[in-house]
Amino acid sequence: MSSASPGQQQPTRTPTGLIAFAWTLVGVPLVYGLYQTVKTASSLFGG
Amino acid sequence: MAVPSFLARERIVARPGFNRWLIPPAALAVHLCIGQAYATSVYKTALVAHFDSTLTAIGIIFSIAIVMLGLSAAVFGTWVDKNGPRAAMFTSACLWVTGFLVGSLGIYTEQLWLLYLGYGVIGGIGLGIGYISPVSTLIKWFPDRPGLATGMAIMGFGGGALIASPLSRQLMSWYDPGYDPSVAGTTPSGNAVAGLFLTLAAVYAVFMMFGAFIVRVPAADWRPDGFDPASVKSKPMITTESVSAANAIRTPQFWLLWIVLFCNVTAGIGILEQAAPMIQDFFRNGTSSAVAVTTAAGFVGLLSLFNMGGRFVWSSTSDFIGRKPIYMVYLGVGIVLYVILATLGSSATWIFVLTAAVIISFYGGGFATIPAYLRDLFGTYQVGAIHGRLLTAWSAAGVAGPLIVNGVLDLAEGEPGTLVAGDYRPALFIMVGLLAVGFVANLLVKPVASRYWEPRTTDVPTATATPERSAAR
Repeated sequence: MSSASPGQQQPTRTPTGLIAFAWTLVGVPLVYGLYQTVKTASSLFGG
Repeated sequence: MAVPSFLARERIVARPGFNRWLIPPAALAVHLCIGQAYATSVYKTALVAHFDSTLTAIGIIFSIAIVMLGLSAAVFGTWVDKNGPRAAMFTSACLWVTGFLVGSLGIYTEQLWLLYLGYGVIGGIGLGIGYISPVSTLIKWFPDRPGLATGMAIMGFGGGALIASPLSRQLMSWYDPGYDPSVAGTTPSGNAVAGLFLTLAAVYAVFMMFGAFIVRVPAADWRPDGFDPASVKSKPMITTESVSAANAIRTPQFWLLWIVLFCNVTAGIGILEQAAPMIQDFFRNGTSSAVAVTTAAGFVGLLSLFNMGGRFVWSSTSDFIGRKPIYMVYLGVGIVLYVILATLGSSATWIFVLTAAVIISFYGGGFATIPAYLRDLFGTYQVGAIHGRLLTAWSAAGVAGPLIVNGVLDLAEGEPGTLVAGDYRPALFIMVGLLAVGFVANLLVKPVASRYWEPRTTDVPTATATPERSAAR
């Protein structure tokens, strides 16, 4: 993902599982909120 | 003010190879929590009944929080930039959660001042610190796409309300079996709101601490693959220099952007504040409206979606068309849309809904694009602190927007339930004037003069110290 620094630090690799977990943790509540809001907004078109 | 070593910026400098896509969820973990501030309406009526108070007295809780957001972002912005995002997110989490705990105590003991102090003052300071820190961190991780970066974070703030509103209704219905959110007119008990505050405090503590734990800052010499900083130099409105927060507020560019943000936010709040009664009043025949209460609630939901979507979509678009042009769209097209709303808005529901929705998407877009605009003009050096100072425009707009709309409606001398579209027209035309002022201010924005630049040796704060890079990853 990123260019290696010329410093002395050993390169690392971020675990894919951690990235997936982090996105899931914030994604699930966001999808819940979006679903609930779309449900409410749908009454605008339901008459 | 020093911070414990486990929170220090030097401890969270990412090692080479770190994947920057772990940073957006860290930022979202904070913004999705503090975005709850825009969901206070779900328990407003319950608190009025519990404290035997007025809507104004309860509404002040939210106003205090937003004013404290602007003030704390301005005052602590430099501290946030100096100590890094983990210290800022940790502090924000402690304050935001403490705000809920003190607020809950205030509700249980029927002490309204504790709610002002807890949610308003303590929580409000947490809001300000938590708002700016993830944004400036993402800007540093995405120098190739700053609009996308700020859009992701600030979209989270809009998303926080979308989550907190239905979640709060559900939780209060569990804590008070007599409350049914699907039945109009039922109100949860005060103790149910206090229980809700305790639950939110626990949930937000976990989420925000998770964000603070996984956040990292890039090393001073880090660049994304394929990103050539020289490509930035070829764009006249994007600087590769650094301007300190102290110097930024001495530039005309800062104050022009302050005016731009103030005008854009004031215009948007004009609609957001009154959304549900406004759509009913626009289609009123005598004492009844062609728009039902449930339909009006659907309209508010639709605006929330456009508010959140606009933050991500328009801010990301600004990476391609430029920050100045996109504000010309927000403000210029906004003027046209407000005129349409004022003159043709009551002729058909679809015209009203469509114009209002696009206006609100510009409102959200304006919030999300401003940090990227600041980064273009002042560099990344103290962009968090500069952003914090600029957010005082939000606080001012939060007072001015409702004042304009409510003042105009008061002058119309119509009782709620009898107002019509014509009563709103003066307010809408005032918004047109404000947007015109903002449009001119944006046109006047030019690159910052070289006398405000920092000497090259202090370009990036992390470059001044030997970083003790994170051993975690």
